Amino acid sequence: MHRFANPTRFMRLSARILPWAAGLALVLTLAGLVWGLGYAPPDYQQGDTVRIMFVHVPAAWMAMFSYTFMAVASATALIWKHPLADFSAKAAAPIGACFTFIALVTGSLWGQPMWGTWWVWDARLTSVLVLFFLYLGYMALWQAIEDPQKASRAAAILALVGFVNVPIIKFSVDWWYTLHQPASVLRLDGPAIHPSILWPLLVMALAFKAYFVTVLLVRIRSEINLRKIRAMQQARIAEEVGFAAPPAAEITGRT
Amino acid sequence: MTRKRRRLYFVLAGMVTLGLATTLVLIAFQDNLVFFYSPSDVVEKGVEPDRRFRIGGLVEENSVTRTDGDITVAFRVTDQVHAVPVVFRGLLPDLFREGQGIVAEGTLNGQGVFVASEVLAKHDENYMPPEVADALKRAGQWQGEEK
Repeated sequence: MHRFANPTRFMRLSARILPWAAGLALVLTLAGLVWGLGYAPPDYQQGDTVRIMFVHVPAAWMAMFSYTFMAVASATALIWKHPLADFSAKAAAPIGACFTFIALVTGSLWGQPMWGTWWVWDARLTSVLVLFFLYLGYMALWQAIEDPQKASRAAAILALVGFVNVPIIKFSVDWWYTLHQPASVLRLDGPAIHPSILWPLLVMALAFKAYFVTVLLVRIRSEINLRKIRAMQQARIAEEVGFAAPPAAEITGRT
Repeated sequence: MTRKRRRLYFVLAGMVTLGLATTLVLIAFQDNLVFFYSPSDVVEKGVEPDRRFRIGGLVEENSVTRTDGDITVAFRVTDQVHAVPVVFRGLLPDLFREGQGIVAEGTLNGQGVFVASEVLAKHDENYMPPEVADALKRAGQWQGEEK
């Protein structure tokens, strides 16, 4: 694990993975959309409105997955002080926020024709909205604190505290009466979705996952480059003023 | 190494404490976190008239009567144990039908009738093409709500 926590090694490895992840995301998204919107059968009750699910459900899964990823990376950054864990958590936040936003909007678009309302304050919808605000708060905290080390600590603690919301989202539909239906795919007695609708859904889920990996890698790479530039600038300033350059531990990741 | 160990235990202890605190809060607010009450809750616990709340359950079979040129609808909401009569004046969602899960918001009047101001359809977690639904019904394997 420690071997891969080295930013230099990460840059080499991620450059190799990146085109594959991006290509996979593109191919799977196209395949999933064509299959889901064009070939999958309509639902016996919802008709064609069911097709919203092909975007809504994978987005909602990724919203929770991204937060879990962010929380694990934050814990790793807090405990073991890996610079890469730090960058990963920071990079995952806007992606997760986007997925959460997509899940909220598509859910609303589905709710209007099916439930008869755009929005209700039931436990599932409210907890997902809280998740969205947690992402925004996490990103704002990074922006608000100038010193990256302090910002990283504060943001990591927020990410960990907010993690209690993830099991609440997942189990809200089982613990309380909600308007939102219970889980259809990830449940103990097998999916309650016919295979002809389930397969395109799973393709879309994989597509979103590949997209997450792609954007995550790009964002971590740019964060590493940003820190390098920063360290170089600081070294240059120090040189001009006549001081010795500070050790660039931040860039090499050897602490 | 000891510093890392200490930080690890600190984070773990923090998460456990936080989890416990959240669990206690959620248990304490259990009754307020539900989006609706079931007919059994309403019949057994009793709700005073004119207090706004939501009731959720299935529309009882053969209970829907429309009057006043189809605008006013009366039906019974059941959880298969108790049933509560509901009247509603307005537009119903497309999914509304007998056997369908619904959530209605409104108040109980003096006669124990729930006067709804809004009726929402509750969708279940089953997704299938129409042919499969028909085949299941023909084979007598239908477990979902009646269409």
